[in-house]
This record gives sequence, structure tokens and C-alpha cells, in this order.
Amino acid sequence: MLDVLVIGGGNAALCAALAAREAGASVMLLESAPKPWRGGNSPHTRNIRCMHDGPQDVLVDAYPEEEYWQDLLKVTAGRTNQTLARIAIRASSTCRDWMRRHGVHFQPPLSGALHVARTNAFFLGGGKALVNAYYRSAAALGVAIRYDAPVDALELADGRFVAARIGAERIGARACVLAAGGFESNREWLDEAWGANERGERPAQNFLVRGTRFNTGVLLRFMLEAGADRVSDPTQAHMVAIDARAPLYDGGICTRIDCVSLGVVVNREGERFYDEGEDFWPKRYAIWGRLVAAQPGQIAYSIIDAKAVGRFMPPVFAGTRADSLAELARALRLPEDAFLATLARYNAACRAGSFDHTALDDCATDGVVPAKTHWARTIDTPPYFGYALRPGVTFTYLGLKVNERAAVHFGGVPSANLFAAGEMMAGNILGQGYTAGVGMAIGTGFGRIAGSGAAAVALEGELRATA
Amino acid sequence: MQRLEALIREASLGADEGEAARQLQICNACRYCEGFCAVFPAMTRRLEFGHADIHYLANLCHNCGACLHACQYAPPHEFAVSLPRAMARVRGKTYADYAWPRAFGALYQRNGMTIALALAACLAGFLALAASSTGQLVGRPLGGDFYAVFPHGLLAATFGIAFGFACVALGLGVTRFWRDLAPGRASAPAAREAAASALDLRYLGGGHGQGCNDEDDAFTLRRRRFHHLTFYGFMLCFAATCVATLYHYLLDERAPYPLLSAPVLLGTLGGIGLLAGPAGLLWLHLRRDPAHREASQDAMDRGFIALLFFASATGLALLAWRDSGAMPLWLAIHLGVVMALFLTLPYGKFAHGVFRSAALLKWAIEKRLPSHVRLSED
Repeated sequence: MLDVLVIGGGNAALCAALAAREAGASVMLLESAPKPWRGGNSPHTRNIRCMHDGPQDVLVDAYPEEEYWQDLLKVTAGRTNQTLARIAIRASSTCRDWMRRHGVHFQPPLSGALHVARTNAFFLGGGKALVNAYYRSAAALGVAIRYDAPVDALELADGRFVAARIGAERIGARACVLAAGGFESNREWLDEAWGANERGERPAQNFLVRGTRFNTGVLLRFMLEAGADRVSDPTQAHMVAIDARAPLYDGGICTRIDCVSLGVVVNREGERFYDEGEDFWPKRYAIWGRLVAAQPGQIAYSIIDAKAVGRFMPPVFAGTRADSLAELARALRLPEDAFLATLARYNAACRAGSFDHTALDDCATDGVVPAKTHWARTIDTPPYFGYALRPGVTFTYLGLKVNERAAVHFGGVPSANLFAAGEMMAGNILGQGYTAGVGMAIGTGFGRIAGSGAAAVALEGELRATA
Repeated sequence: MQRLEALIREASLGADEGEAARQLQICNACRYCEGFCAVFPAMTRRLEFGHADIHYLANLCHNCGACLHACQYAPPHEFAVSLPRAMARVRGKTYADYAWPRAFGALYQRNGMTIALALAACLAGFLALAASSTGQLVGRPLGGDFYAVFPHGLLAATFGIAFGFACVALGLGVTRFWRDLAPGRASAPAAREAAASALDLRYLGGGHGQGCNDEDDAFTLRRRRFHHLTFYGFMLCFAATCVATLYHYLLDERAPYPLLSAPVLLGTLGGIGLLAGPAGLLWLHLRRDPAHREASQDAMDRGFIALLFFASATGLALLAWRDSGAMPLWLAIHLGVVMALFLTLPYGKFAHGVFRSAALLKWAIEKRLPSHVRLSED
């Protein structure tokens, strides 16, 4: 009988499979996607947030546990679990040598990302290179890997895992790790979760999915219906504002729009609605998805002038360009008068300061609501550019409650042989909000915990069976 | 005005350059591959990609394949990013567009045919010449006296002219390419770095030193090592010829040289490298993931590899049988192959080394200059 069955094929699943195999278990990994699409959302990732007490190869300075924890506490506004969060944080301080052993390479931060040189270790070649390395290592270690293997149901007995089902096929194992992702690419579920807003719109219908099309949450729903304990709620997700022209799925990193803090953002009515210069963009990008989701039509427009060109990561699609603000309003189909009035109010409110985009500078507005508290410069130099923004769901937080061993719970009781890792349980730590690289830290830390835990249970069971 | 310039540039891009520009726009918004090689850091110094930029980046690309396997936008993704192939197609255009004389650029389009015809003509020519000078191709041993078959003056003149022409043609082509790149002056450190990158094939190292991709996403040093055998084998053979020339003119020592003489030792060593290297490269080429190959260039790649292999194989055969009656036959075959190689140097895969070196030098110069693109976050 198979020792450990890992359901899923992304970073957390691979870490679980590798850890279980290293512990001596026989392991099978079931990836629902075909091989070219393997890896869930992991191919779209690029770094892992790592705790460290001193400089470590590609990581400069120090990022102590307490600071990491405070960062998490801040972005989640307290919707987190300190015990589990600290486990993930501590695991992130020791995981990189293990990752290297399985073929992952690290590099100094990419251009345009020096702000995270202290906190985040970048994968050379990005997440797909990492996923490739893990699959090679898993194959070399003798993990059985199946693609096109979408598990649709589990056989459970009193909270114990018995077998997984792919249609009529049944795969039994002594222990199981669930790492099959959230439900971000299940558009019906998103729609059901978000429902209708006060304007009578159904916001989720205007969401784009930044990641894989294969995370439809089939197993998550099965588990919740089977009575597994849940965390977070279905509207919570890592959600950023992305280019409205991005493809429906798998737009990934390149659909980001990084010029928000250099200009203003208006909604469909031509009104500003939030402080664009509240903080450095990398610390704010994760709130703009929800901000845009709250606007009429779930759309917004980032507006910049010539002064911003070349100062932000080049967007994948060219912006709408105009030689006057009126022309830009027409090109973007915004109400011209309202738009011009908003820009005039904003421009009049900009106070002279010394612009410095590398610091929280003193260029702020005075007497306009909402204020722009940093990097506020008049928008008055043609050509002007506009980028339409949509909410882009990266991954959902509704998940399975787990304990420090990553065991799934039923009615408050941990399962003896069923574990969860990655997006399926990230909501334990990320009840809301996001900060770069923390998804991979949770996936890697709890992936390994789940894998070695599953192996221990399985090998113990094997021993008992032979005794 | 800026828009007009962009339009003109865009209009001047052919289909291959336009496709490369489309993909580079995506890469420049992603940048995950920055650590693999020089192409991506060079790309990030640009916001738009004109004709010169694209040809520069394409020739900086070593076709290692790493970025394709790491690409979240590679097919079947609808963005269909496949930079190694897009760059290979542009390189094909570089060689043809910058060929001198320009009309000969068309030879790249049918490069397999070009090589085959050159080879056939050169073989026929030398065989006929040998036959007419010795009366028969296989006869009594001539004691390794090559000049009894072909007078030294004739060989020196024909090969000198062919090699000189290759140098002039490639030199004029790469000069025009260099001018379009507008790189500025090369400092000594820049020149040293470019030379080291070329001689070490640094960018076949994958950024982590574990090599490049062949048939799948695993990294190996095979291509880098076989290329080293090929290149340094070629250089040793070239050195053997140079030393022999010095012997001939300065020391008045005439071929054949003893087995333990410098020319024979250098040539033998080089010949072995030039057998093993191309054989390995061909083996790898046949196994390469088709997704990072441009199939229409297979004939050019494999034709050049085959010519190098045969030049070496026939040279070693000539050494082995130089004291036998078959020497004139082997000599004619060897000289025919080498002449075909020389004649096709400026119109075949050999050009990649020249244009790649120029691109590497441009990069070594450029990276020392401040970037025009100033990302706020940096």
C-alpha cells in the first residue's frame, strides 16, 4: 500500500512529497493539470519571504522573527494565528539550504525589486524554474508523479483518510497531504461568495484571475461539505489591481500596473477614491485589488503624465496616450467634466516639495479628499497616459483549519492521517491582506511539515501492520 | 514626434523583429529571467525595442534555453513567449542583412544547399587538380610530399585568398553591425570582460554555473564543453597552420613534418578536439528540445558542424596515410573540405561567433554606463 498520497502539484505539494520521500515513505503526487500547466500558482511566484538574523547569501541585513511577525500582524489586521504564523516564519529561516539541495537557485533581487532585498530571497528564473527543479528532484528520488489526475472526492472514515477518487479510480494510502490550492479560478464560486453589492452589481463577474485556471477548489469544497473545520472567509484573497486587458487566467506578474503611486487613480465616475501615495507601492499593491473591487463597475484608471515615464516597471500593454487631459478622458471614456474637475482639484492641492520616489517624501496634497500623502506632483506634462485597472485574484484564503502539525480538523479534532498545506490552509495565517513572498513561505514551511508528518504516520502504521 | 519615430521604427521592423519586440515587451514587464544571462539585464535598460536593440539582444542570446523552460508565458500560454526561438530567427536575419556583399546574404536562406554546393565544387576541383598533377589519385607512395601533388605556391595562394576574403567579408559585416549598435568606446576592462565571456562561454552556464538546457528543463554542461572542444580544437588547428607557415618561410623547413613536431602535435590535438566537439554538438542538436530550436536553421547549424567534423576527420586520415599511395586522394579530399569551410565561413554558422562577440562587447560597454531607465523603486 502507498504510504503518502499528495494531492496537488504546486510548491506546497512538491515540498510535502519531497519531505515525505526523504523520510522514507513511498509517495505519489497527483497533479490535476496537464504537464505544461503543472505547478498551480507557483510558476507565477518569484520569491520567498525569509526570516534571518544576519546577512545570508542573497539576503542583506537582518529580518528577525519579531519584525516578520509584526509585518504579518499589520497586513492581516490581526486575522492570523500567531502559533502557526511563527512556525512558518521560523521554517523560512532554515528552508533555503533544503531548497538548494532540491535544485532551487537563488539570486539577488530583480531590478525594480531592491526594496525587498532584505526580506525576500528571489528564485533564479522565478517560480517555474523552482517548480521544474522540484519535479526533477522528486522524479529522481522515486516519487510517482501523475499529471491530468484531478481528484474529485476522498473516502474518509471518522476523520481519517482512506482513499482518493479520480472519477471511478480509487487510490488508497496510509496518509494524505491536501495541497490542491484555493478556489480562485472557480468563477461561479467567487460570484456566489461576493454576491451583489449595494449598486446591484455582481462584482466578482469583473474579476480577473492572475493565476492558474486549475485551482477550482473541488477538493476544498468537498472537505468543507465533509465537515472539515474552516478558516477565513470566501471573499478574502490575495487580490491586486492589474491591467484590465490581462487575460482571464494566468496573467501573472507582467499584468501589474506599477505607476499608481506616481499619479492619481480615478474610478468610472472620474473621481479619486484613495490615497495613492499612502506608502511604497510594494507595501500597498495588495490592497488595491479590493479598492478597485469596491468601485462602480469594478474598474479604475491609473493616470500619469510624462514625468512618470521610465520611473516604474514597464507595463506589458501600452497605456492609453493623449496630449491633453480632456483627450485622455475621452479616450478612456470617462466623464470629461468630472475627470477634469478631479484633476484640477488635485493639481491645485499639490504642495511644492522635494520629490523622491525612494523615500516617503514631503510632496503631499493639501485640501483635497482623499489626500495624496506622498509623491504628489501635479499632472500637467503631456503626453498623459491612462491604464485601466481590474481586481486580479491571486489566491483565495478560505481554507481548512490546521494545527501546528498541519493536520486537518473535523469538529475541533485533528485528523490522524490527513494534512493540508499551501493555499488550502494559508488562510490560517493570512485571514486577510498580503505581503510579498509570504505565500511561498507558508507553502514551503507547512508543505514540509505536512509531508514529514504524513510520512511519520504512514511508516508507523506500516510498522504496526508488520508487527 | 516621439510617436512618429516609434512608428517609423515599428514600420522598419520585419516580421521576425516585430515578434521579438512583442515578446521582449512581455519579458520586460516580468523580468524573472534576469539572472540567467546578459540578455535580460540589457533588456531592462530599455523601454522600447527598435531594430538595432533587437538585433543586439538577439546576438547576445546564446540560445541556452533556460528562459523558455522557466517561462510562465511559454506556450500553451496565450502570450506564446518563446524567446530562444524568436531570437534565433532574428539572428538568421542579422547574418543575412549584414552579409558582405549584401547580395550574398541570400546564401543563408538556403544554407544547407550553400554548404553542399561549396563542398561538392571544392572536392571536385581538388580531386581533378590532384589527378591531373599526379596522373592518378592512388599510386606509389610519395613519402608524404604534399607539394608533389599541389605546389606550395598554389596552396598558399588559394587558401590565403579564400581565408582573406572570409576575414574581409565578416569584418565588413560586423563593422556595419557595430555601427548600428552605436556602443561607444570600449575600455580595457570592458574588452577583457567581453573576451572572457566569449572564451569561457559564460552565458552557457545558466547563471548558476550548472549549464544550459538540452532536451528538457535539466541543466547540463555538455553543450558548453563540446563547444569548448570545437572552438579550442579549431584554434589549435589554426595554430598548427600558423606554426607550419613560420617553419616554411622562416626556418625553410618543408612539410611533411615529423610526428613529434609542433605543427603535427598541435594539429593532431586540435583535430581530436574538432572531432569530439562537433560530434557532441551534433548529438546534442539532434536531441535538443524542438521548442528552443528554429527548425529552418537546422541545415545551417548541422551543415557547419558537419564541415568542421569532416575537416578534422580528413586531416587526421591524411596524417595516418600520408606515407601511403593514397596520400594524394586524402590530400585532395581534405583540402576540398577545408576550402569549402573557408569559402562558407562568412555565409554560414561561423558568423555567430563574430556577431556574438560584438554583442558581448557592446554589453560590457553598456553595463558600465548609467541606465536611462530609472526605476523609482531602485
